[in-house]
This record gives sequence, structure tokens and C-alpha cells, in this order.
Amino acid sequence: MAFVQEAPKEGFRLSMLIYDTRYRAITIQVVVLFLFLLFLSWLVNNTIANLAAKDRTFDFGFLWMRAGYDINQTLIPYTNDSTHMRAAVIGLLNTLLSALVGCTIATVLGVVIGVLRLSKNWLVSRLMTLYVEIFRNVPVLLWILLAATLLSETMPEPKDFKVTQAMVESGAEPAASNILFGTVAITNRSSLIPAPLLDRPLGGMEIASIPVNFSLLAVLAVFIGSVLVNARFLRRVKAIQEETGERPVTWWKSLAILFVPVIALLMAMGFHLEIPGFPTDASGVSKGFNFKGGIEVLHSFSALTLALALYTAAFIAEIVRSGIMAIARGQSEAAFALGLRPARTMRLVILPQALRVIIPPLISQYLNLTKNTSLAIAVSYMDLRGTLGGITLNQTGKELECMLLMMGIYLVISLIISSVMNAFNRAVKLKER
Amino acid sequence: MPKQLTYVRGEMLAPKEPPLREAGVVKWLRENLFSGPLNTILTLLGLLATAWLLLHLVPWLMHSVWNAGSLGECRQIIAATWGEGATGACWAVVRERWPQYIFGFYPQDFALIARLSFADQYAAAGGYEGVFGAAVNGAVREAFIADLRANAGLFDLYVLGYWRPILAFVLMFVAIAPVLFTALPRKMIWFSLLYPALAFWLLWGGTVWLPVVALLGFAVMGAVFTLLKDQLGVPVSAGLGLVAAVLWWLFAQAPVTAGLQSALPFGLASVDSDQFGGFLLSIVIGVTAISASLPMGILLALGRRSDMLLVRTLSVGFIEFIRGVPLITLLFTASLLLQYFLPPGNNFDIILRVIILVTFFAAAYIAEVIRGGLAALPRGQYEAADALGLDYWQAQRLVVMPQALKISIPGIVSSFIGLFKDTTLVAFVGLMDPLKGITAVVRADIDWKGIYWEPYIFAGTLFFIICFGMSRYSMWLERKLKTDHR
Repeated sequence: MAFVQEAPKEGFRLSMLIYDTRYRAITIQVVVLFLFLLFLSWLVNNTIANLAAKDRTFDFGFLWMRAGYDINQTLIPYTNDSTHMRAAVIGLLNTLLSALVGCTIATVLGVVIGVLRLSKNWLVSRLMTLYVEIFRNVPVLLWILLAATLLSETMPEPKDFKVTQAMVESGAEPAASNILFGTVAITNRSSLIPAPLLDRPLGGMEIASIPVNFSLLAVLAVFIGSVLVNARFLRRVKAIQEETGERPVTWWKSLAILFVPVIALLMAMGFHLEIPGFPTDASGVSKGFNFKGGIEVLHSFSALTLALALYTAAFIAEIVRSGIMAIARGQSEAAFALGLRPARTMRLVILPQALRVIIPPLISQYLNLTKNTSLAIAVSYMDLRGTLGGITLNQTGKELECMLLMMGIYLVISLIISSVMNAFNRAVKLKER
Repeated sequence: MPKQLTYVRGEMLAPKEPPLREAGVVKWLRENLFSGPLNTILTLLGLLATAWLLLHLVPWLMHSVWNAGSLGECRQIIAATWGEGATGACWAVVRERWPQYIFGFYPQDFALIARLSFADQYAAAGGYEGVFGAAVNGAVREAFIADLRANAGLFDLYVLGYWRPILAFVLMFVAIAPVLFTALPRKMIWFSLLYPALAFWLLWGGTVWLPVVALLGFAVMGAVFTLLKDQLGVPVSAGLGLVAAVLWWLFAQAPVTAGLQSALPFGLASVDSDQFGGFLLSIVIGVTAISASLPMGILLALGRRSDMLLVRTLSVGFIEFIRGVPLITLLFTASLLLQYFLPPGNNFDIILRVIILVTFFAAAYIAEVIRGGLAALPRGQYEAADALGLDYWQAQRLVVMPQALKISIPGIVSSFIGLFKDTTLVAFVGLMDPLKGITAVVRADIDWKGIYWEPYIFAGTLFFIICFGMSRYSMWLERKLKTDHR
């Protein structure tokens, strides 16, 4: 009878640290840890020596000193007496604004282009392929620079919008006029869009030096309330449908629930739009040298955001296209066999499955767009890099602190976005047996 | 006998023509352009867009001007030829400035042009010492060069003048050919390995002994490894070889180079990094970073999937940090912060610093792509490799990586394309990239002030050709490597 012999018990030898796979991992990790700590201490040591040589300290106290420079686009109040910290926050908000607007435009454009690329229409699908290939294969910097140059060099000067005495007498039109039914004026300096104004606003107050607008809060609150009510309404409709098999008509009721309260509130507050334009006298002759009214959108913002959106849209289009193509043909055939109409097949069968494929790369595109807003440097838009990593850095000479803080902020934004992505991924992951 | 009722047709009837709407152009149009109300609207919109585009583009391109000295002259020529108010492209700017777009401010080798094409005048002027020597008056040299410029042909001026970057570029294809096309002889890979040192010497110039001695470092590594392999085994001797090479570069490099140079002086005129520019700069940064980031990305991906906690943590930290910050901040790190992190008074070339940071950036993205490829491999592959008794590196090299890399080709190539496009961002640390750096120089010229479409279209087209070419190559490679029968 044969016995299974136990492995011979060997004493521990030093060479086992390298040749025995049980111990080798530990050896490697100790070596790596040692090298890493050595590298780290080398870096810190060098930094301390360099700071001392330049007679500089490492502290973030400068953030609470007076900034002393102006920023041309501020979402919250800021003067040059504000602190560097506040300037950095202004920059961060500008970054986020550009990212948000850019992502929205890019998503809409990208989805439309991606779907159209799959269209059976020969001409349209070719045009969309052309768009995607052209925008994907050229650096985004080119689109930003080109957009900025086009806006500043081909658009009319503000004085071209003026109506002079001679024009009124001869009935001539000025050289340039507002577009989009006279609401938006694009000059070579900036774009002016209508400003929403309220006759009877609810007022506001400052909380921790951040202004809070009660009117806006009220509108948001009412809208969120409407959405909640609408969700409840849809749940009830679904219950009725499951009980009786008949689905009551919902679309106009939903629209009414969603929008009537908000519109009523806005009308009660006296909502109207202020159209940008030159003030005129009784005979229609323009006065002054510049536009009055409206919201001024800097060309640096428009060029950056638009270029990023157009560029990212090409990538999103490819993601959408591949997501839809990833769904097996059998799925739509099965849906047709069940008697679903094409629109419903898309909404109930294809999209829920395609979204699972589409969303993760889509969010990484959002992340890319957000990081690419740092290209604002090309058009001097005052984003986080322009304030904290630009003027503040140059004024205070705190290169190390400013750069580390800026990288940290970008890192936090990225980590937030990617953790949202991971949470979503887990939620929609195919639940396998 | 019953009457024969069965009827068999002796010959077939000729098939009928299909109805007009079911054949030919009409059918194609109906199916592809006008198959429904929505499609018809889309087609009409597409036609409108195309027509608008062509109406603006065609006359603009038809009225192109190639010979002019300034934008104003271009406009005059267009107005004179095609009437007042006509639009036209002014490609004269490209014709005049294309060497800058390609080579930046890289110096032309006038000495070579003079020696090869103007030997008589050159000898009359006193040869190299008489024209380019250190003792020669600058005005004399300028006059000689101006004369040369006026009389030399295009080949002399641009091919001979820029022979160093051109030769480096051509040899680059020889070097990457064995990597790209597996049909070529494997021996060519040795040239690929030597190529980086050769290209460095051609582009930056200086003494030939610097790259040679640097290469000797690898020879030292190989020698130590081979000598000790049998006694100490692969891992220890590889580690010792690396240490020996590093010691060689740290301590032996400078004295040996200086000694060899004084014994056998041989070199090219050295070129400063700030003279690099245009596509030369983009390609130098792009190609170096691409070739360095692939091995680094593979190591990072393996580190991220490693069982060793510490290695995994470090890899994840590195990858997530690099992916979480914009490239611009890394480039600013290269230009502003490295002076803090390096030993005092130790500051190296800006292009090299940029290349290192761009490589890190690309490696983090490639690591994620390869991790995806590794994750997509069935577990059975790893287990089969283990069952065959392969150790970790053998399994990776022979079983895992060939499959994982194949899966990740599209992702890797799109990372490379992104990297190449991102080389334009070096403009923000003061380098002359073709988009912003060179175009800004051109547009700041009083002759070309106000020109915008033409330079951007020119640079954009070159980028498009390169990036589109890369993506087509990746599709070809994907098809070629496809072995499964899905």
C-alpha cells in the first residue's frame, strides 16, 4: 500500500526568499517599498533643499490674501479685493460651467449624429461619417483656436448694429442685426443673449458670502415638486394599466403637471426677457457706443465650450453607434414578433440594453471634456487654470502650492465622476446567475 | 390510350423587366434616400447642407492664390482676377511658410548645400573656415547664405538643407517596419533597437560618442546578465545588470564620452531644443512617447492586476492620479515643478521633460486599455498556462499578452492617436507646436496678419492624414490578427 508522503520539511534558507514562490512576493514587496520610500524621501529632500535655496516656504496662507486682479466672467460676486481663494473658486465655477454646457451640447449632438450614422439614408449617414472622422482626427486645440478666431474676426463690430440718423431717413438697415428673431447679438467682442428678468422677484440674501436667489430657488422647488407629482401620477397610471389592461391617456396630463405650475409661478413673478440692443431715441436712432441689456457671453467661453462640444460629440456619436450595434439583431426581431412598433422597440427593448454599453464610455468622455476645459489657456478663458494656476501662481510665485492644489481639485472632480460611473455600472450590470 | 394532357414548357420565357420603381437608380434612390417622410426630410436637409458647403467651398478653392507675398497681395489678385467681392484661399502663406510648419526653426545645413551644389563659389569664398568658421564676420556669412538661398534649387534648400531630420524620419520607417509588418526579416529589429540613439544624434547633433557610450550601458547590462545568469539565476542577475548599467550612466558616461571625443572628435553641429518646432517636434514627442508608453503601460496593467498588495496599490495610485488630472497640468509640472523635485541646480532639456510627462500620461491610459484586454481573456487561458508549468513571465509572454494585446489593439491605437493629437499642447510650455506655436508666429507677421482659415486647414489636414492613417492601420491589423470564428 502506498502512502501519500508529506512534502519533506525543509528548514528556511535565505535563497528561498527569491526562488520560493511562497516568499518571493514578500521579498519583491519589501524591495518595492524600500525603493518607493527612497524615491519619496529623495523627492521631499530635493524639494526642501530647493525651497530653501529659493528662500521660499511651503504654506497655503496666500489663499487668504487679496487677489488684486479682475476676472471677466464671475458667476458669484468677486472684486479684485477678494481673496485668492475666492478667485480660485470663481475659476472652478467657470470650469464647471464650461464642462456642464459642453457636455450637454455634446450629448445632444452626439446622440443625434450617432443615430443618424446608422440611418439607412445613404447621404445622411455619409455626411455624419464625414463629420465624425474630421472631428476625431484633428486636435481639439485646432477647433478651439479656429472657433475663437472665427468669432473674433468674422463677426461684426458693435457699431455695425447702430441705426444712424441717415439710416432712419433713407430707410436703410444697419450693417448687422440680431439673429434668432432679433434676440441674440453676436459681435466681434462677445455674444449677447436675452436676460431673464423678473418684475416682482422674491429677493435674496447672502449666506457665507455666497448670494442665494430666492426666486431661482422657488422655481427649482416648484419644478422638482412637479417632477415628483408626475412620477406619482405615472405610478398610478401604471397600476391602473396592470389592473384593467387599459392605459389612460397621459401625455398632456404629464406635460401639464410638469410645466403649468412653473409657468404660473414665473408669470406671477412677472417674468420677461430683456433683449440686448442699443437704446434708441424717439425717432429710432441708436444712442451710446455699446449694447445695453442682455447677458454678455464672452467669446472665450463660447469658443472653448462649442469647440469641446463639437469635438466630444464625434466621440459620443461613435459610442452611441457602437452601443446600438452591440445589441443583437434578434432582440429587435423578437420585439417586432411581439408586435411592438419600431419606436417602442427602441424605447423598451434596444435602448435599455444599449445604455448599459453606452453609459460607461460616455461618462469617461464627460471626464475628458471636463479635463479638456483646461485648454481654456488657448483662448484666455478664466477657468481654474487661468485663476489659481495662472495669475495667482504668477503673482504669488507659489508654484508648488498652486499646482498641487489645482491638480488636487481636478483629481477630486475626476474621482467624483468616476465613482458615479462605477456606482451606475454596478446598478445596471447584467445580473447573472 | 389516354390523351397526353401533361404540358411541359420546352423553353423558358424571357424574364420580364422589373417595374421601373424597383430597378436601377430609381430603386436605389427610393430605398436609400426617400424611403419615408422622415428620410425624405433628412435627405433634403443633407442636400441643403452639402449644397451650402459646396457653394462656399468650391469658389473659395477655385480662386486659390499660390503666388503672393502677403495677404493683401492675395486679396488684390483675387479681386483683379475674379472680380470685386470674390472669396479665395490664399495658399501663398503655406507656400512661403511650410518649412516652418514642418521643421520649426531647425537650422538648415548651408555648409552642406554649399559644398555639394556650389563647390566653386564655396572654395572661392574660403571653404568652411572662410564662411562658417568662428572667426568669420557675421555679415559675410549672412551675405553668403542669402546668396545661397537665392540661387539654390528646392532640392538643395529643403532636402539637403534639412537632411538630418529627413534622414531621421526616413530611418524611423525602417526602424518601425519590422514592428508593424511581421513579414519582414526579424534581424531588422536590431536596427530598431539602435534607432533611438541614432535619431537622437541626428536631430540634436553634438558628439557621436554621447549616444554610443549610452548604448554601451545596455551592453554592460547584457554582459553582467550573461556572466552571472548561471550562478545567480535570472532575477538576481537581471537586477545586478540594471544596477551596473545605471552606475555606468551615472559615473562612466561623462568621462568616457569626453575622453573619446578628445581622442576621436566626430560629431554634427548641435541644435538647441528651442529650435525644434512644427511637425518635427510633434513627431519627435509623439513617436518617443508612443514607443516608451507601451511597455510602461503593459507593466502598469500587470501591476494593477498583481496579487501583491503594495505593487497593486502603487499602480492604481499612479494610474488614477495621471488619468485624473489634465495633460496641461502635467506639462506645467514639467516646466515649473520639476525644478523643485530634482536635485538643486539640476535642470535638463525641456523637450525631454515634456516627453517624460507625456509618456507617463499615455502609459496610464494604455494601462487601462490593456487591463481591459487582460480582463477579457477567459480564465482558462491563465489556468492552462499554469498547468503547463510556465512561470509568471513565461505565461505572460507566451500565452496571455499576445491575446490580450490583440484584443486591445483598437484601444491602444486610439490612445496613440489621442497622444499624437495632444502633442499640440506643448505650445503652452513655450514649445513651437504646429497648431498654436507656428501659426501664432505666422499670424503675427505683418504680411499675414488676419489670415486664419489657410494655416489651420493646412496643419489640420496634416494631422488628419497621420491620425486617419493610424486608425486605418489598426483596422487592418485587427482583421489580420483575427483568428477566431465569431
